[in-house]
Amino acid sequence: MEELPSITTTVKPRRLLRRYVFSTDHKVVGLQYFFLSLAAALTGTLLSLLMRIHLIWPNLALPFFGTIKPENYLAYLTMHGTLMVFFVLSLVPQSGFGNYFLPLQLGVSEMSFPKLNAAGFWISLLSFLVLLAAFFVPGGAPGAGWTQYPPLSALAASGPGQALGTDLWLVSIGLFCLAAVTGSINFITTTLKLRAPGMSLMRMPLTCWTWFVTAILSLLAFSVLAAAVLLLLLDRNAGTDFFVPAGLIVSGAAVHHAGGSPLLWQHLFWFFGHPEVYIAILPGMGMTSHLLSVFARKPVFGYRAMVGSVVAIGFLGFLVWGHHMFVSGMNPYAAFAFSTLTTAIAVPSAIKTFNWMATLYGGRIRFTTPLLFSVGFVSLFITGGLTGPLLAQPALDVYLHDTYFVVAHFHLIMAMAGLFAVFAATHFWFPKIFGRMMNERLGILHFWITFVGAYAIFVPMHLLGMAGHPRRYSELTGVQYVAAMAPLQKWITIAAVVTIAGQIIFLVNFFWSMFKGAAAPSNPWECSTLEWTLPSPTPHAGFAGRLPVVNHGPYEYGVTGREADYLMQDAEA
Amino acid sequence: MAVALRLALLLVAAACACLFLAHPVWFPDGVSAQSAAIDHQFAIAFWILGGLFLAAHAVLAVCLMRSRRSGKPRNSYGDWRMEAAWTLAIAALFFGFNVAGVRIWSKMKFQQPESNAIQVEVTGVQFQWYFRYAGPDGVFGHVDAQRFARPQEGNPLGLDPGDSDGKDDIVSTVLVLPVGRDVDLTLRSQDVIHSLFIPAMRFKQDAVPGMSIHAHFRPIKTGAYEISCAELCGIGHYRMRAVAQVVSDEEFKRWLKAREVQK
Repeated sequence: MEELPSITTTVKPRRLLRRYVFSTDHKVVGLQYFFLSLAAALTGTLLSLLMRIHLIWPNLALPFFGTIKPENYLAYLTMHGTLMVFFVLSLVPQSGFGNYFLPLQLGVSEMSFPKLNAAGFWISLLSFLVLLAAFFVPGGAPGAGWTQYPPLSALAASGPGQALGTDLWLVSIGLFCLAAVTGSINFITTTLKLRAPGMSLMRMPLTCWTWFVTAILSLLAFSVLAAAVLLLLLDRNAGTDFFVPAGLIVSGAAVHHAGGSPLLWQHLFWFFGHPEVYIAILPGMGMTSHLLSVFARKPVFGYRAMVGSVVAIGFLGFLVWGHHMFVSGMNPYAAFAFSTLTTAIAVPSAIKTFNWMATLYGGRIRFTTPLLFSVGFVSLFITGGLTGPLLAQPALDVYLHDTYFVVAHFHLIMAMAGLFAVFAATHFWFPKIFGRMMNERLGILHFWITFVGAYAIFVPMHLLGMAGHPRRYSELTGVQYVAAMAPLQKWITIAAVVTIAGQIIFLVNFFWSMFKGAAAPSNPWECSTLEWTLPSPTPHAGFAGRLPVVNHGPYEYGVTGREADYLMQDAEA
Repeated sequence: MAVALRLALLLVAAACACLFLAHPVWFPDGVSAQSAAIDHQFAIAFWILGGLFLAAHAVLAVCLMRSRRSGKPRNSYGDWRMEAAWTLAIAALFFGFNVAGVRIWSKMKFQQPESNAIQVEVTGVQFQWYFRYAGPDGVFGHVDAQRFARPQEGNPLGLDPGDSDGKDDIVSTVLVLPVGRDVDLTLRSQDVIHSLFIPAMRFKQDAVPGMSIHAHFRPIKTGAYEISCAELCGIGHYRMRAVAQVVSDEEFKRWLKAREVQK
């Protein structure tokens, strides 16, 4: 390391509030996002538990919740999706870990726009509180699903949650978009402008590459969603007619709108919604690539191909939104383009899968908890991904659209795979964040329950969809062929209850290790990237005004002729 | 742990394969002209994708074998030839599969229904399906839901009482269809988006307010087939059920006659 002028304040703020709450330090902001997501994940998981129990025992009166009515079910469903997609999958991998480790892996001590960054968190928190407030207004939380298709979402008369609850939802998501856009500008600028000397783009760890590409996706996608929710808010409250056509009757009363198009919303929403899937999963891919290399003690196989495929997935992600709309009434000619482009995404995804396996092949693998979760990610990514080329075909999607098959597909590839990457990353970076190790035994036990549980819940769900079970049904008794599937639904509920209970192990491990875990050395995993040159936990000042000089690529593992089997990125050339 | 993880990957993959082979629930028998081609494509999909799924897990398990070789570890930074071969192979497989699927889509969407197709207008209303037949004159009467809809007075769709074309229109809550003839549906909605899903016909189409969407299929077997709603439309979404009753041509004519007499 050589001494370079500091680019940020290195003075430790004395007051606790300034240091841990109203801080502009990227590490504090990252942790704040992490804990916000944890709160959202717990809420979202509770809602899924309530839904699963209600499907099997519809008349059961639960403590605190009473009997769940159809409108409650739809509200839980909408809020579960919103919390998990926005506040968990978009926040932890990107805003949580990204904020904490992007600067450190690039060898700098601060982001480009620290104040904007902190503002992003506070706006996200406000957005979260506004969203939760929807539960407590007359009519309750919205029941139109996280996709909020109008006219159902545009007209207060169309259902119990469609009144103030939906307005709050729209305001919340509008705020979230604002936070996401500010955050992504910060990520992009930091990556392009603030790298340590010698840290060329092609020496960046793949985690940094995925955070960078995800930030570009966020910037473009959330801007469009912001516009869409604003238009819907105007339709609802200012008498505009973007999404509601003429001649409707809802609940026996004529609707005074004319000229809007419900399909316009779907185009705008999915123009955001499909890139959103990649916003959720790309950082997970980066973490998996990174961790497999570290624990196989081998370089990432095909680093350039990995970078190229991330960029390709990000780019193609913007060209496929119409595959959510094959039965929407969209011109059937459009399906040709959307189907082919969607199939094209399978190619860079297959490159990544191939390279993950090739990275592992012949390695001196260390079977730690982060490695287990990373292998779990690869397995779930394969299983969830392989139904993609099937759903990409309009002729087959017509049958499977809006059935449990789709629910199974995206839960495996986005939710479960995404979560596995988060668990892997949590175990991996915990020592750097808190200066203590997480317990391996508990970690391994948690992995086994979650891995088997994920398969036990979501693989049978494909069968429900193939038998024609539509999604978003609050009760199974309305349609006879659906009612006949109750035994399989019961199995899924039992698997879900067990798997969710297993997550308590993670929580116990996390909070116990925070205070009582074994003290962590500065580089417990023998990892070559720059954050591990710092002591554990990371000191407030980061690199303390010094800039490391990078001489090596990020994945120099298995090197011979040295004491250690790896080369730190800032080791002498 | 290494052995346990490899075993687990293989066992999980085998269990998934067994579940699919045993399939406690499955597709209902296909009873429309298009269902054979769709089911065939599904079968190809399951063999290709199921094969890839098992192979990938087997390869993953092999890759997790700890290298026992002493000396120089296999420290590869990549191999462009292998990468390119794999990429081309998977691209050829998926795009070939995609082309086959697109052909079926063309048949479904771009072949016009036969000229003797039954015309049925389908209207989704929270939480009920209505099916309208044009009656003996073959012309649908004018509808204005906002002005004329009176569900309690037997006019849920809002047929214009002043329009003589609509006098003989038949409105049913059962989709009665003659076997072996194309049916040309016009889908509409009075309030929010619904989706007409007839699993046995391999048919699904959204009914979008403000749009009239055409879709057609041909039932090839008599019987009663359930219809569900596949697009979240509000609290009664789960019970927005109807039945497609496929009958012989004579029975269909008798049914139409009986409904005309009622008018």
